[in-house]
Amino acid sequence: MKVLSLASRNFKEIFRDPVTVLLGIAMPVMLMFLFSSLFERSGIDIFSPTLLTPGVVIFSYAFIIMFSAVLLAKDKQSSFLIRLFTTPMKPVDFILAYILPFLPFALFQTLVCMLAGYLLGAEYTQLLPMLGIYLMVALTCICLGVAMGALLTLNQISGVGSLLITVISIFSGAWMDLGMVGGVFETFGYALPFAHAVDAVKDLFKGIANNGTLHHLIIVGAYMLVFFLIAIFSFRRTMRKG
Amino acid sequence: MEQNAITVYNLTKHFKERKAVQDVCFTIRKGEIFSLLGTNGAGKTTTIKMLCCLLKPTAGRATIMDHELGADALKIKRIIGVSPQETAIAGHLNTRENLVLMGGVFGMRSNEAKKKATQLMDLMELEDRKDQSRKLSGGLQRRLSIAMALMSDPQILFLDEPTLGLDPHARKSVWNYIEKLKGDKTILLTTHYLEEADSLSDRIAIMDRSRIIESGTSSELKKKYNTRQTLNITAKNIRPSEIEQLRQKGMNVVCTATGIEITGANPDFYTLVDILRSGQVDIEAINMPEPTLDDVFLALTGKEAQA
Repeated sequence: MKVLSLASRNFKEIFRDPVTVLLGIAMPVMLMFLFSSLFERSGIDIFSPTLLTPGVVIFSYAFIIMFSAVLLAKDKQSSFLIRLFTTPMKPVDFILAYILPFLPFALFQTLVCMLAGYLLGAEYTQLLPMLGIYLMVALTCICLGVAMGALLTLNQISGVGSLLITVISIFSGAWMDLGMVGGVFETFGYALPFAHAVDAVKDLFKGIANNGTLHHLIIVGAYMLVFFLIAIFSFRRTMRKG
Repeated sequence: MEQNAITVYNLTKHFKERKAVQDVCFTIRKGEIFSLLGTNGAGKTTTIKMLCCLLKPTAGRATIMDHELGADALKIKRIIGVSPQETAIAGHLNTRENLVLMGGVFGMRSNEAKKKATQLMDLMELEDRKDQSRKLSGGLQRRLSIAMALMSDPQILFLDEPTLGLDPHARKSVWNYIEKLKGDKTILLTTHYLEEADSLSDRIAIMDRSRIIESGTSSELKKKYNTRQTLNITAKNIRPSEIEQLRQKGMNVVCTATGIEITGANPDFYTLVDILRSGQVDIEAINMPEPTLDDVFLALTGKEAQA
């Protein structure tokens, strides 16, 4: 009940902020239409709606990092979090209440992006495993946001968050094939979970899921677990500091 | 039966080298409004944060309704309500939603929380508007903040600078609502407004540089530190010769627009009247103004507090 009350409030905070909805949903869709127009003109395979959709979905999650970080940092700055810390809620209640409301938001982003891709001609297969991969990446991003919100100030978040969105945009392989670029670009891109998630979903769509796909999933899962632990650690640290 | 709601003994908090609170001791009786008065940085908020289980004390102990600070954090959190220094409301929720949310995080059922929210909105005269609370005036946000602290029907209420940043009218209005709670709740209030402490509190503790330097009722403090009596004499025809005679008697005389003002440790009232009568001065009024808490604060800390 306690978790649901706070989670419900956080859900309302997200959806009642028009900027959140506009940036998190409209922008990825807009980019999808822009890049798919490139496919029509150039015929480059990576911009085909089917292969573009996974990258756009993962890119849209980058905004969740910002939103979850900003929500928590705002609550910290306005002392709302202090008020909550004086209630009988436990650390685990807080973590869940700040993570759970972003899952429906991520699902909504995913469905809107996929619908846009479908309208542009994308074909999807193996929807359930695909949603599982998206869920893992969404959780990774939410936990990263919660950790940032707990540790950083609002001003710091705007800087770090912009940097992260840029990094995810470039190194997720959403708009380019990292393997073709090669070098440091490829090494750095595959050191992060986002390119692995994009590749795993692309494998599913191409119907070539194999050991390579499993390797991608292990890396995405490991990142999810690590960021979940970092989020818990960061939140507990904030609670201790009062 | 224990009559003290809060007992604090040698409570201390250090942040590395900085001593934020040092050996603070006080007791608050049940149903009492107790003010911690002090300038910014005196240690008031840190003291409250320790009592609300937000910060771990470096040393000392405290009990809240017989629950030991540090050992019974969850039990303490169930019986306290806190209104922090900032308004601390959920900006995108409306008034009722904010209150119901607080009920929810205290484990109240939805219907119960809605009923309690209605009661508190009546008590604090908060309108049931659809507007998001971030659009409310500063005074309304403060009232909402206090109402949120009351949602769990706490036995003890902590109000940290409840009128900070409000205009005088809004401040007085918040005082009225705090007055309504008198007797029903034990309230620990921090403020740097002397008038606020004077008007609301049963007892006051003055904090300066991390320590409590004096405590008592407002009148006790004024009586104790009333070392500078002042007499205001309204008279029409006081001549320099009478003023000179008064000064020769050791009185500190200052001419004012309506007469004279005499200050000193203990001016001799009879001598004063004799001198003025012998000079056929037409005395209209003699006033001895009450000492203010400002005088007490100045005497104790050597600095002016915000009036």
